[in-house]
Amino acid sequence: MDPVISIRPLLAVAVAGLAALAVLVLNNREKLRDLVSPLAAIAMFAIVASMAPTVLAGGTVDLRLFEILPGIDFAFRVDALGMVFATVSSLLWIVAAIYSIGYMRHLNEHAQTRFFACFAASLAAAVGGAFAANLFTLVIFYEVLSLVTYPLVYHHEDEEGWTGSRKYLVYLMGASKSVLLAALALTYHLAGSLDFVPGGLLAGVDASPALMTVVYFCYLFGFAKAAVMPMHAWLPAAMVAPTPVSALLHAVAVVKMGVFCVLRVVFHVFGTGLVDGLGLGIATAYLVSFTILMASIYALTRDDLKARLAYSTVSQLSYIVLGAVLLSPVAMVGGIIHIAAHAFSKITLFFCAGSIYCASGKRNISDMAGIGRRLPWTMGAFFVASLSMIGVPPTGGFVSKWYLALGSVEAGEIAFLVVLLVSSVLNAAYFLPVSYVAFFGTETQESPATVREIPMVTIPLVATAILSVSMGIFPGYFLTLAEGVVR
Amino acid sequence: MAFPLLSLIVFIPAAGAAVLMLLRNDDQVRWTALGVTVLDFALCIVMLAGFDTTTHEMQFTETRPWVPALGITYALGIDGISALFVFLTALLGWICVLASWVAIDRKVKEFMVSLLAMQALMLGVFCALDLFLFYVFWEAMLIPMYVIIGVWGGDGRVYAAFKFFLYTLAGSLLFLIGVIVLYFHGGETFDIRALMAQDLPFRVQSWLFFAFLIAFAVKVPMVPVHTWLPDAHVQAPTAGSIILAGVLLKMGAYGFLRFSLPMLPEASLYYSTLMLSLSALAIVYGGLLALAQDDLKKLVAYSSISHMGFVTLGIFTLNLRGLEGGILQMFNHGVTTGALFLFVGLIYERTHSRSIADYGGLMKAAPVYTAFLALFTLSSMALPGTNSFVGELLVLSGAFAANLAVGAAAVLGALLGAAYLLGMYRKVALGPASIGVRFKIRDVNARELVAILPLAVFVLWVGLYPKPFLNIIGPSVRHLLTQVHSNGGGQ
Repeated sequence: MDPVISIRPLLAVAVAGLAALAVLVLNNREKLRDLVSPLAAIAMFAIVASMAPTVLAGGTVDLRLFEILPGIDFAFRVDALGMVFATVSSLLWIVAAIYSIGYMRHLNEHAQTRFFACFAASLAAAVGGAFAANLFTLVIFYEVLSLVTYPLVYHHEDEEGWTGSRKYLVYLMGASKSVLLAALALTYHLAGSLDFVPGGLLAGVDASPALMTVVYFCYLFGFAKAAVMPMHAWLPAAMVAPTPVSALLHAVAVVKMGVFCVLRVVFHVFGTGLVDGLGLGIATAYLVSFTILMASIYALTRDDLKARLAYSTVSQLSYIVLGAVLLSPVAMVGGIIHIAAHAFSKITLFFCAGSIYCASGKRNISDMAGIGRRLPWTMGAFFVASLSMIGVPPTGGFVSKWYLALGSVEAGEIAFLVVLLVSSVLNAAYFLPVSYVAFFGTETQESPATVREIPMVTIPLVATAILSVSMGIFPGYFLTLAEGVVR
Repeated sequence: MAFPLLSLIVFIPAAGAAVLMLLRNDDQVRWTALGVTVLDFALCIVMLAGFDTTTHEMQFTETRPWVPALGITYALGIDGISALFVFLTALLGWICVLASWVAIDRKVKEFMVSLLAMQALMLGVFCALDLFLFYVFWEAMLIPMYVIIGVWGGDGRVYAAFKFFLYTLAGSLLFLIGVIVLYFHGGETFDIRALMAQDLPFRVQSWLFFAFLIAFAVKVPMVPVHTWLPDAHVQAPTAGSIILAGVLLKMGAYGFLRFSLPMLPEASLYYSTLMLSLSALAIVYGGLLALAQDDLKKLVAYSSISHMGFVTLGIFTLNLRGLEGGILQMFNHGVTTGALFLFVGLIYERTHSRSIADYGGLMKAAPVYTAFLALFTLSSMALPGTNSFVGELLVLSGAFAANLAVGAAAVLGALLGAAYLLGMYRKVALGPASIGVRFKIRDVNARELVAILPLAVFVLWVGLYPKPFLNIIGPSVRHLLTQVHSNGGGQ
């Protein structure tokens, strides 16, 4: 199938970029400024969705802008993998944009213009990365994403904010200016190009296995946004950001950019054949299994709800990588659709944490006893999203975990099936007590009547909870895309 | 004879300097200097527009006999490599005038005369096709630079100027000896193109290589002959720093490209590993020194040592990507570090402090200033999408092809760059406001913006669409590689 040449990939990025500018211009006209983000989000989603039929049919949408260096273009190519990431990001931006307005207004946050501008710019970077046709273009958007999310992390501009944001930048920039840079230069040296090639750019390259292995691990740790241990510490640190940021960016756009890059490397830079040939698949699988279990144990010990969610994210991201490196088609499909399943559920959980904070000012789980009676919608959605995280049918999390489990059996690696099961038990152990305490815990003192649902915050989180379940019942869209990647 | 465009470009600043001497009013001096440098820049654009990017041959050549008895001619011409630096010099010329507009408030006339004289001589260096003429320009540059640092510099200006003078003079003396040896071994001619065609014995090449190495290494500067640089930069006025970092440091690297590689190919190949190691040392050591600085100017100065290490690293990979990347990095470093020195100067004019510890929260007081500072800081740390990243990727890719260990060391330097640059930016622009509250800091004005904007354009232009720049240098680089590898016996 011939690629469709279209300007739409660029348009999708431009919509969000222009939205960021518009927000800055409308600095003093609050009502108008707040209208920009939801409208841009809807426009972006429409553009992304308009390309879906082509991609679902196995085609690609291409746009080559200009040559940067010999063998390196500034170019977009919308394929199935990029479509998964872009659909999730742009769809959830609509919800998050509305939620942000409710959250920021309710808390009367400062610097809202900067907040909304950076937020829109992050989405431009995320979707630009999703549609990038080569490593160079991808890395440009990857770095822009680090930069524009930085002001969102230090948003509160207090001691905690500066420390957390510093760690954020040190990890992300440190990884990309060292091992990632080396990996890019070595790839360009070995292959003479940085294009994504089905089957692998480096597949036919004659180089020593040792060097290839080094390049591979440079990518795995260089894309620190994927938060494979020990490159995970920035993620809990980033929780100092306002909750909408943690929700859309540090559960969806930023972290998914990380795993997306890792999947690109596995599928389209090395190719599954080469990864297998070098014996890197199983090695990575053990590495990420350690992350899956370790992060879950960390999550168990955290009383701060957002910190618990952050460690849960670290753990869940490694599911996605695990699916890819098991190298069995079923597991790969599982990993890819987990991008969507985790996004829908985790954004709900973060939205709930923000809703609780807005309504009651509470951050610690131990203080949340009985809060479910005051915030039934919020805590109901929290429960539904928890079930998806644990992998209970009929949620989205069940579908992806099912494929992952089946895939590890297909790959003949029962050890990872055990990892998945143990981690599901751990998920249950750190998520269910939150719901239990919220609904059945006894309050030490009754919450004031001011603790009640805030419509503009609650409606989005109910919507994402519904999305989590719908994905379990109608997984067809993402399954088709994932099978398109694996094919 | 064709229209002497290069002579015009070289001598217009000199003529301008002569005119300035007749003026009495400081404002007249400033505007005239600006007019002259802008005119010179316009001529450079004309030159680039007429530049043929399909050949490595020297273009716009002019030859007039000068001292026939010794084979000395007045010969000018440019190839792709020098064209880029003629352009860079002319670009920074008028930016320097703007940067000195209010910063220089005494002996304005004398300062502008020195500045224009400096520009003429630097342009002469890049255009000269006769070794003797080159040497004249090269040596004469010392005088106005010495004056600029020594008269308009900071409190330690005399020491700094003297140190600068001694280091470069020592290097130049070795260069002079090399030139004379080259003259006698190369068929008693000073014609650079003829000398390139000579096939010198390896022993002679080796001696010449080291004589040139010391001369050029001082200018670059390479570790361990770099110690004059931080002193000179810290004491020099803003325009002096811009010239030093933007153009003068490039002279050393240009020397390697114009003399060492084509005239001494065997020695260049033979000692390339040594040069790669020295470059990697400069990258890492310069980066570590920059990391330890509290003085903004010193930080940028030490970062220059590290960044110029990338340039020499690229050059001595002696492969296409490395060389192209190295030359592109020379241009990028001129733009970015020139801009950073401009920014340090701008803030110093307002607060009279260069200590990073004095700053904080500047973003609130001067948002435009800090936004552009962010751009140039990111460019300096080679963020993808900016000019330096393209150069760095090419250099590293070439370096990995030449020597894996050296490539790995260079990556470490890149990491250090991110550390000291981002650390500097965070402390100055973000965080709780300190100096921004104590002093009323005004944001950049229109004049300053005019100086900043073209540099910002080049940061993004080279970062996203470097093709026009690579097209200019491409044929000359490929020709240089054939000169090295066919005459040097390699490949």
